[in-house]
Amino acid sequence: MSILTGMSVVLAAGMIVAALVAISPQRSIAISIIASGAVSLFASVMFLLLAAPDVAMTEAAIGSGLTTFLFFFVLGRVRGGGDD
Amino acid sequence: MIKRAIAFALLAGLGLVFLALWQGFEPDPSLNRSALYYAENTVTDTGAANIVAAVIVTYRGLDTLGEVTVLFLTAAIVAMVLRGGLADSGPRPGRWPTGELLHTGSRLLVPLIALFGAYVFLNGHLTPGGGFQGGAIIASAMLLMLLTDPARNFSHRLIATTESVSGLAYVAIGLAGMALAGGFLDNRILPMGEFGSILSAGAIPLIYALIGLKVGAEFSSILLSLSEREK
Repeated sequence: MSILTGMSVVLAAGMIVAALVAISPQRSIAISIIASGAVSLFASVMFLLLAAPDVAMTEAAIGSGLTTFLFFFVLGRVRGGGDD
Repeated sequence: MIKRAIAFALLAGLGLVFLALWQGFEPDPSLNRSALYYAENTVTDTGAANIVAAVIVTYRGLDTLGEVTVLFLTAAIVAMVLRGGLADSGPRPGRWPTGELLHTGSRLLVPLIALFGAYVFLNGHLTPGGGFQGGAIIASAMLLMLLTDPARNFSHRLIATTESVSGLAYVAIGLAGMALAGGFLDNRILPMGEFGSILSAGAIPLIYALIGLKVGAEFSSILLSLSEREK
């Protein structure tokens, strides 16, 4: 198994763990949002390893940067309406 | 209980479909026909060193115009839906003042991030990156400014003007391609220049700069209308 395959497997495992954290019901919504940003971050490193730097840049800037804060802004707006 | 069983059955079915796909997958020994065409003819057709940029801006330029339009519609709908919510005044109770560290750091970082965004979209035809990536990076500079000082007044008018002027110029360049060169969004309306230099590949750097400004303005307007709740 080459280094590239090994790193891809580790990153995929990281993505699955972060996704599981994101959907686990005991945690707060803020932690879920951060975990879904981490999924995007792992995915962008994976795109870079798989020789797609353009997609990796898009994923890092939009997926893990802007979308995470978009969710936080929306969370701030809906907080007033009660729990969940 | 039965709901959960149905969900698991659906997931298992999906897993089976993917398993079948994965087992039947064989990597192609060579590039397929369209990929081979792009790999062989991009340099002579468009003069761009980054094949991805040539595909996005020239070969599939109409699709990119469509994507930018979808993003524009999203920004417009977000602004329209949230416009009514601005009326409730009064300070929000949970807003803490931002720290000195964030203030000083953002004063240093915001110009650098914006400059890097401009670099990414101006070099889109040479290195990985391009209009969408550069625009998103510029919007993250804007996001940092918003986080540092949420009460700051941003000019909606400037953002809207940037957005519409670059969109109009994008379509105008596409039409100029029809009139002067081979078709809509043909990049050969400008001289091709020397391969690999910054002013090369015809209209691709110009189009990418316009896409970058447009995407940056659209993302900024979405972030702005979402964060701007107490005024």
